[in-house]
Amino acid sequence: MNAPILYQIQDQQCWLSAERAIFWENQSSLILSDTHFGKTGHFRKNGIGVPQAVFHEDLQRMMDLLSFFKPARLVVVGDLFHSAANLELDLFAKWRSDFTQLEMVLVKGNHDILAEHWYQEHQIKVEKAVYQLGPFQFAHDPMHTTDSHETGFLLSGHLHPGVSLSGMGKQNLHFPCFYFTKTSCILPTFSRFSGTATVKKKKDNTIFAIVNQQLIEITR
Amino acid sequence: MLQESKGYGVIKKWLEKKDFHPFEFQEQTWEQIMQGGSGLVNAPTGCGKTFSVFLGTLIQYINQHPNQYQSKAPGHLQLLWITPLRALAKDICRAMEAVLAELEIPWTVGIRNGDTSTSERQKQKRKVPEILIITPESLHLLLAQKDCSSVFAHVQWVAVDEWHELMGSKRGVQVELAITRLIGMQVKDKICLWGISATIGNLEEAKEVLLAPLQETGCIIRAIIDKKIEVHSIIPDEISEYPWAGHLGIKLAEKLIPIIEASNSTLIFINTRGMSETWYQTILTVAPQLAGAIALHHGSIEPELRAWVEDALHAQKLKAVVCTASLDLGVDFRPVDTVIQVGSPKGVARFLQRAGRSGHGPGEISKLYFLPTHSLELVEAAALKQAIIENKIESKDPMLLCFDVLIQYLCTLAVGEGFDANTILKEIKTSYCFADISLEEWTEILLHITQGGIALNQYDEYHKVVIENGIYKVTSRKIAMRHRMHIGTIVSDAMLKVKFLGGGYVGVIEEYFISRLDPGDVFTLAGRNLELVMIKDMDVLVRKSSAKKSIVPSWNGGRMSLTANLGAILRETFNKALVDESSIEIRSLRHLFQTQAMLSKIPRDNELLIEQIESKDGYHLLVYPFEGRQVHEAMSAILAYRIAQIMPISFSIAMNDYGFELLSDQPIPVDDSNVQELFNTENLFADIQKSINSAEMSKRKFRDIAVIGGLIFQGFPGEHKKARHLQSSAALLYKVFEEYEPDNILFRQAFRELMEQQMEEHRLRAALDRMYHSKILVCFPKQLTPLAFPIVVDGLNRNSLSSEKLEDRVKKMQEQLSKS
Repeated sequence: MNAPILYQIQDQQCWLSAERAIFWENQSSLILSDTHFGKTGHFRKNGIGVPQAVFHEDLQRMMDLLSFFKPARLVVVGDLFHSAANLELDLFAKWRSDFTQLEMVLVKGNHDILAEHWYQEHQIKVEKAVYQLGPFQFAHDPMHTTDSHETGFLLSGHLHPGVSLSGMGKQNLHFPCFYFTKTSCILPTFSRFSGTATVKKKKDNTIFAIVNQQLIEITR
Repeated sequence: MLQESKGYGVIKKWLEKKDFHPFEFQEQTWEQIMQGGSGLVNAPTGCGKTFSVFLGTLIQYINQHPNQYQSKAPGHLQLLWITPLRALAKDICRAMEAVLAELEIPWTVGIRNGDTSTSERQKQKRKVPEILIITPESLHLLLAQKDCSSVFAHVQWVAVDEWHELMGSKRGVQVELAITRLIGMQVKDKICLWGISATIGNLEEAKEVLLAPLQETGCIIRAIIDKKIEVHSIIPDEISEYPWAGHLGIKLAEKLIPIIEASNSTLIFINTRGMSETWYQTILTVAPQLAGAIALHHGSIEPELRAWVEDALHAQKLKAVVCTASLDLGVDFRPVDTVIQVGSPKGVARFLQRAGRSGHGPGEISKLYFLPTHSLELVEAAALKQAIIENKIESKDPMLLCFDVLIQYLCTLAVGEGFDANTILKEIKTSYCFADISLEEWTEILLHITQGGIALNQYDEYHKVVIENGIYKVTSRKIAMRHRMHIGTIVSDAMLKVKFLGGGYVGVIEEYFISRLDPGDVFTLAGRNLELVMIKDMDVLVRKSSAKKSIVPSWNGGRMSLTANLGAILRETFNKALVDESSIEIRSLRHLFQTQAMLSKIPRDNELLIEQIESKDGYHLLVYPFEGRQVHEAMSAILAYRIAQIMPISFSIAMNDYGFELLSDQPIPVDDSNVQELFNTENLFADIQKSINSAEMSKRKFRDIAVIGGLIFQGFPGEHKKARHLQSSAALLYKVFEEYEPDNILFRQAFRELMEQQMEEHRLRAALDRMYHSKILVCFPKQLTPLAFPIVVDGLNRNSLSSEKLEDRVKKMQEQLSKS
């Protein structure tokens, strides 16, 4: 794992990892988005034989991040699970039972359709729309409009942001990315089995492209 | 023997009454059918090929039931008539019904295809017709029914119409597989199998492929009918020295009007659906008086409307129909006396076929007008004319080991009555396509459909085909339904509706094209410049634009490749440029050739022209082998790979039928001293493999394979929301398989298809060898040449290849941007 990059948001220490995660040091929280666990299982259950290794590796990568940063809390800003329950979630549950000390918060995304008790049984605290912690708030959809009593820097997902670069000689490259504005951050999708939607670089925005397990800031 | 039979007597009497005289090839076919033979009838459309096989089966039936043929219907399916096009079915049905009625044979004729209504299907289920006219897809759908063996158990004759069109495609493989099953389901008699084919270069092989499951040699019966063809090119008044891909055609629309008006009925062939919309609109704009007398016909038009157009064509109610390949084949529209081909038909066989859509009567002349969409296509027209004189018609190569089609077929059988693995393996091994399947491959395929490749055992619930008492079956209704919706091998591009923001329909456009545009880009549709605002669901929302520059779609037709055959003739045609101006096409391009000669050179057929040009886009290396787009794609990847071994460099690659371009942001290290070595055939095999990987060339092949093999779930109407959790793009699946399961049988197939069809070592070696030994001319023109222009302006459809580190490229791009 390459060394994470320190990125300061309003005097908070945030470490960006090329493994598609943010570690928020002040609150000892690891933040992920769009993990889509169980997606390969969902496809396979419906007769579409996609490789299950993607899921296995995604899960492994999350464990590596947890052992690297040793956070007290894991926050997933939506789409933790892809669809209805399947056996792949059992593997997730098995993992969950090995990390009982870890507090886990899910801000519900459009894919999170499991029954309430499933989350309870696995010690996942569910927030329906917004989760507030310190100066940050978490929501799945970046278009989420904040109510007056919820304020702060917004961390979200949903979009699967990616950035396109073009250069001389009609060259084009495309990478998943972290997308920061003055007041918000959209996280890249954690799952490797998902596409991206292109975001545009604007003057006040900061974009970190994920290039071969490295983060490169896109300045133009 | 034929003459003595009762059946022949009955048919002969009927023909005499109608004053019809059978052609020799028809009588030959009847004789063969009477003897229980199989074979291939080679006849052009419009000279009674349907009757050759159909009347033969009636003769034989009368012979089998001399006393009862009018009083008793057999009550089960006798003749299965497979046809690739829905448009053909109705006419064949009508013709057959008329004959049966006049002969008082109490058979019914049914049609089964995508247009068949549910009530009609149910009627067919209650009482199976004696003749069923069916498409390959619908045939497979019937195989997915639980009672299919009772439907097919007594089929005596199977006819495969337009076999030349099916062979060499995955639909042809579908037909091959269905035939092995039909033979396997017969209770007592053997099947007689007849193909009907227009002329192609390898008729003998075509017959061999079709008849393989019967394990009979069969015979070829040729109709010797001399058909006269007249080809006229429509020459633009003014030819600019810079041919712009796709730009010229529409401007020439006015020139069509006098042709349409002087003709009885005209078919206007356009290479793609999207473009046909544009042409239809344009012709109406130039000639409003044609409103009501002109119609549009293509595959995504509603069936009722299509049927109306076909009927109106028969009834001579239409002056012209703008159409795509949808009217390529089959039944004749007698009033049609003129055909206009817009854009290159890319091959001799297709050109002849389209010409043959006009002037069908014996002794009549087929008239075809060729309208170029860019001026260089006039050279193609000259080449085509030459090819027709020399009768150089292409061969169609049969496809081998299409595992995607096999996987779909096995699931089809599993949805239907279920299958026994050994029986089916024996059957498919009789087909030409799967004769060489290995036991390992077969086992892998069975594992794929039952276990879905590699999984995490205890945490996996893969479910598609299950084995119950040794029978492979689909037990889930949901999976069965979904599979039925996806039977077929034609992976067409989705068409999106284009609408104005404020409402108002503009037309349809291929998703392939629109997905490459960003909001704010301006493109042309239906003769209008439109700015893309957004894509919402299946609609493209646009607003009018006054922008002067717009992207002219290089339509899917652009993906069709010039055949190697035509390529060779094209190279010879260039010999005539500025030398022999006896042909009008070459003469009219004088200005363009002069510019080319002045800036660079005009390559003769023993020369290879290479141009190096510097422009604001970067450094261009242009190579003109004239081998057709497909070969160029392969060759450009190999060349790019070899140059990239000299130093770290990145290329963007574009190609057309004449040549290809390697474009880089830095000077390309190629000159007189090392250029010849680029075409060296040493280490070719290794270089082919490496270049395929670096250019990710199998990606495009994988898309079709993933759809046919059932990896991409396209969803169906009404189920949109629920289906969304099962959707993924081909590009994403490609990435996932490449990284996590590169051994997957479908993923490997993409690579193999590329190797066999496009990167075939033997063919590439021959082409490279020709270039290695030709006189290589390296030129450094000051500006883009007429030959270079259409390749360089094509902003879409580019490949890329790089030997630079990704991180370095990102840094370089950022530096370039900060300088500008």
